[in-house]
Amino acid sequence: MRGDTNEQALLKGLASNDSRAIEALYKDHFGMVQSYILQNNGSYDDARDIFQEAMIALYEKAQSDNFVLTCQIKTYVYSICRRLWLKRLQQQGRFSQSVENLEETVGVEEEIEDHEKRNAAFAIMDRALGSLGEPCKSLLEGYYIQQKDMQQLAAMFGYTNADNAKNQKYKCLMRLKKLFFSQYNIGE
Amino acid sequence: MQMDDILLQEAIERYLNNEMSEQERAYFEGLRTSTPEIDQLVVEHAMFQHEMDFYASRRRIKSQLHDTYNNLLQQGILQDGAEKSTGGRIVQLFHRYKRVTGIAAAVGGAIALVISGLVVYFSPVNNNQLVQLSKDIEVIKRNQQYQGKLLNEVKSKIPENARLISGGTGFLIDTRGYLLTNAHVLKGTGAVVINEKGEEFNAAILHIDQQRDLAILKIDDPEYEPLRSLPYGIRKGKSDLGEEIFTLGYPRNDIVYGEGYLSSRSGFNSDTLTYQLQISANPGNSGGPVFNRQGEIIGVLSTRQAQAEGVAFAVKSGFIYSMLADVKKAGTADLDNIKINNRSTLRGLDRKDQITRIENFVFFVKAYQK
Repeated sequence: MRGDTNEQALLKGLASNDSRAIEALYKDHFGMVQSYILQNNGSYDDARDIFQEAMIALYEKAQSDNFVLTCQIKTYVYSICRRLWLKRLQQQGRFSQSVENLEETVGVEEEIEDHEKRNAAFAIMDRALGSLGEPCKSLLEGYYIQQKDMQQLAAMFGYTNADNAKNQKYKCLMRLKKLFFSQYNIGE
Repeated sequence: MQMDDILLQEAIERYLNNEMSEQERAYFEGLRTSTPEIDQLVVEHAMFQHEMDFYASRRRIKSQLHDTYNNLLQQGILQDGAEKSTGGRIVQLFHRYKRVTGIAAAVGGAIALVISGLVVYFSPVNNNQLVQLSKDIEVIKRNQQYQGKLLNEVKSKIPENARLISGGTGFLIDTRGYLLTNAHVLKGTGAVVINEKGEEFNAAILHIDQQRDLAILKIDDPEYEPLRSLPYGIRKGKSDLGEEIFTLGYPRNDIVYGEGYLSSRSGFNSDTLTYQLQISANPGNSGGPVFNRQGEIIGVLSTRQAQAEGVAFAVKSGFIYSMLADVKKAGTADLDNIKINNRSTLRGLDRKDQITRIENFVFFVKAYQK
């Protein structure tokens, strides 16, 4: 019972970007994933990337309101990592037999599918922002990601007043939206 | 006009962020219902905002994860294998290939392997769009663990201190113990072969032909009792499109049967050395014989296409003859007047009967590096 509440607390912490929770998750589960990937033709870098992907999937899942984890975090993380890694091996044509399955796994097909969809949306926004150029990119990042207000942004970018910054932000935003929607499939 | 657009955009954002007073909100909603253009802008921006929020939150967690990972690395709580090294990247590659091919065995061995690795890497057969069907050490290791006890009970003939490097399939071309397999299966310095009953024999590597991706082994073991005559022959001529084919091999420790058809007279990128087959092949099938319906060997299974399902390639059987002729001419290996049978005694038999007669002649090949 105690284990359960502990895991719930960890997930809550993760969902609210609590760095202690994130650190605990790394300490508890990274080693297992790293040795799995190293044993299956992967490098240390691969292990770092795959584990990060799995943490992102868990983070985004933990943020949704109706989220319940039906298994241990360990099992979930391991299953996601394993699936992602097998997929990557397959994509690279580095297929090898994987009979080793020492840890318990759960079906994560749906999660992987969702995760890939979100990856695609993330990439579209990333590309759109990247092709905006400066100062638009930094201005919009300042507003939407660092969540600074117009006053602060005007000071950072050397605009004489907040209205000028607003004006510039509007132009940049229109360009970003155009770039974004040219790639983004609304039907999805 | 542009000022209005800016004000409108600002209003939309305030509306979506719930920053409007009740009065203002009611007015704006009235505007939405009366002006479809504005409504559409709101819907579009809501969608954009949603994606932007998601993007921002993922960027935040990503950088947080990145920082946490690096902090824990610095504290020595996590390891990335490059800590004590000066040339992180190279060392990491080294570690990786050490595991895969056992380079660390000896410096000399390492250099030899690197060179042969380069040769294999640059030869046309090895292309990252193709997957050689030999099994690397990891796979075999795993199989060993998998049935660990079994292997411990039957003492292996692999010398102590030797590392298994690769594995595949081989088949007899002469009952005195001459076996044929793929060159890329034999990555090490020696080999053992195992028959379908699980009996293990020492084998010597007689000849390796990287160009044709073929190799000859000779069973060199007092326990080996030569089998009676070969049931199959090796086809000299060409084979036809659509011909039904089958294979036997060792993608795992037990012999596995597979069937398909010949789908092209040339292989990957129109390579004339090979046939293209439609057959399901797995790592470990490399070096396996490909039979036609009459039980004649028409090829040696070697690679498969990485991106396509069920597409495999086999070295044409005619090249077995030309390789043997080359070896005899050059006199580089003592083949003791090896004579290949081109007549099959399996014609007209049921597939089941064909297989029972063939399976004794197909071996699991394990290559090791001392």
